[in-house]
Amino acid sequence: MTTPIISVEDLSKAYRLGIKDKTRDTLVGSLFAMAKSPFVNWKRLASLDTHSPANRQGEIVWALKDVSFEVQAGEVIGIIGRNGAGKSTLLKILSRITEPTSGEVKLRGRVSSLLEVGTGFHPELSGRDNIYMNGTILGMTKREIDGKFDEIVEFSGVEKFLDTPVKRHSSGMQVRLAFAVAAHLEPEILIVDEVLAVGDADFQKKCLGKMQGVARSGRTVLFVSHNMAAVQNLCGKAILLEQGSVIAFDSCSEVTNQYLGSTISAASRDMASCRLTGMQPVIESVELLSADGTPGATIACGSAATIVIKYKAPQPLPAARFGIRIENLLGENLIFLQSLMEHGVHIDMPAEGTVRCNIPELPLLPGTYFVWVGCASNETAIDAVDRVLEINIVGGDFYGSGRLPSTDNAKIVLRSRWDFPDTKA
Amino acid sequence: MSTTSDSIADPGEPQTESDTDPVDFDYEVIIRARTGWQLIDWRELVEYRDLFRFLVWRSIKVQYAQSMLGIGWAVIQPVFSMIIFTIVFGYLAGIESDGAPYAVFAFAALVPWTYFSNALTDGTNSLLINTNMLSKVYFPRMMLPLSAVFAKLIDFCVAMLILCGLIVYYGIPPNAGVLALPWLIGLMMLTAAGLVMWLSALAVQYRDIKYAMNFIVQALMYCTPVVYPASLIPWTYKWGDYLIYPRLVYSINPMVGVIEGFRSALLGSADMPWALLAVGSVSAAIIAASGSHFFRKKERLFADVA
Repeated sequence: MTTPIISVEDLSKAYRLGIKDKTRDTLVGSLFAMAKSPFVNWKRLASLDTHSPANRQGEIVWALKDVSFEVQAGEVIGIIGRNGAGKSTLLKILSRITEPTSGEVKLRGRVSSLLEVGTGFHPELSGRDNIYMNGTILGMTKREIDGKFDEIVEFSGVEKFLDTPVKRHSSGMQVRLAFAVAAHLEPEILIVDEVLAVGDADFQKKCLGKMQGVARSGRTVLFVSHNMAAVQNLCGKAILLEQGSVIAFDSCSEVTNQYLGSTISAASRDMASCRLTGMQPVIESVELLSADGTPGATIACGSAATIVIKYKAPQPLPAARFGIRIENLLGENLIFLQSLMEHGVHIDMPAEGTVRCNIPELPLLPGTYFVWVGCASNETAIDAVDRVLEINIVGGDFYGSGRLPSTDNAKIVLRSRWDFPDTKA
Repeated sequence: MSTTSDSIADPGEPQTESDTDPVDFDYEVIIRARTGWQLIDWRELVEYRDLFRFLVWRSIKVQYAQSMLGIGWAVIQPVFSMIIFTIVFGYLAGIESDGAPYAVFAFAALVPWTYFSNALTDGTNSLLINTNMLSKVYFPRMMLPLSAVFAKLIDFCVAMLILCGLIVYYGIPPNAGVLALPWLIGLMMLTAAGLVMWLSALAVQYRDIKYAMNFIVQALMYCTPVVYPASLIPWTYKWGDYLIYPRLVYSINPMVGVIEGFRSALLGSADMPWALLAVGSVSAAIIAASGSHFFRKKERLFADVA
């Protein structure tokens, strides 16, 4: 047994939740509260420091709780889990951006972390300047960058714009340039958050290729992603986090299957476990009705479906909107529907009620899908429940020809009309 | 985060195994909640020296990007203040200037003061305008405020050239006090760095500092002999039965000694204020030491509250 390059022991991290102000209902009360508010604010701002034990009472939430694991040199580890499971907090602690509340990490190698591409990019500086700026922020020395400069420029493919301020680059070019710098890091430990989700498909492929190269060159990589395909592709082992704790740490296929399994059974879970952190319990139930109005989670490909959301809030919801997102097993977002987007107006909703979203043709290929539901009022998110509903799509006769595309070629079905002007009628 | 880079990981490990072990035992970083005094990690600052250079260079380059006058602004700011002060304080109010022409008397103070006030404002805001860097990547946090303090030296040098021109124009002969300039400049930077570490760390958690900055800088200016000579403050003063030394108390503000020193070195209008400089140096050292301690203690919060 060799010494691990990363050992994590009983790592915990507490964050403070926002504290709600009491509202006063008399003039004297509000004036009094106004006079007192600097002191109240001071106490509140000071209490953001969760490191001192005296501050650890009250509304704090443990983003990580007693996490322990070890990583050997050369391993490529995927970190997966639902939103709010503590993945980002773990990466932030490992990359020394934030400090743990308790516990300890030992790193026996130089770490570079990539939680965002283009950190330190300044819009007024040229591409050339930003390569140096970004590179040194990521821990490279000027000499290292000098050596790799031509390679970086070639990888990014923005040679022509090298001496133009990046504010005049397209956002795509900025991302390319930023990723090109990051791709040429050579740390012993590389920590990557979901940064591959940027750029166009070609560039993503290039990045994934580069990541594979890094992984094969014997460096240790920690990789967070919602994209199970990418995790399975890159990682040998995976860690599954749930509510701040390690649920599984095993071979990648084992853990991803467990994760997908756990999210499938989420269909039968209660709302509270689907609710994202910091949200108010407003959405009471989410139900799927098939074309004939019968409840059930199985829908034929291309047929009608209705999603019924029941909610109950403490007070009416002014300027409200509801959103529904459908993702596949791999965690790729496929469809986003929103009342505001569809109708262009916010709607004042009563405190309690039902929202129905009718989808005349659900264009998903056979498979399992998950539904996320969120609601907002006055431009503020109120509630969001992830993977609250599981949809099973079964083969149907969408085109009336008895044929459907295979899932290798497509993710959705779509109506189209074909003309053959050169054939005789 | 406390880091130790030289502890051996596992002394019990057989030697043969660590030969093939890809893990570098000489390098180890321990991340844990820290307690007690936090000293400046010089070793780490040296490791990141290239980043520091680029941060300084970025501030300089970005500062006057897309402006017509560019570095000319480094001249305009103190020159305009000088003109206004000369009219208002020198001509209208008739404030004395230790025998030197009021314009050059004011400008000799405005060069270090403009540097100091700009370094203070920029340094205090340096963490706030770079919150995305704080929350996305690790580097010694101290580099952000310190780079602002260093970047302002360019403006200072340009203004110094103008000051030299003025001195030649007024035909003021040089004196040996010029030799003290490196110390005066060092003291000025140390004071700015120390205060900036206090203020920037506070500003991350309490935005009030940001809003109060204008006021703080203005108040500090009147506590510093910019528009008037320090000789207006008496050496001794009888307060009831006690004899107090107002000018020494006054010089706890290190910029008092710096500015009077600049005047003495460049204009020869008064003797080098050694006593003021001695008190100022001690207080600057205290400000810098306590500031870096406070900053190091607070920096673990930056990513969480910024």
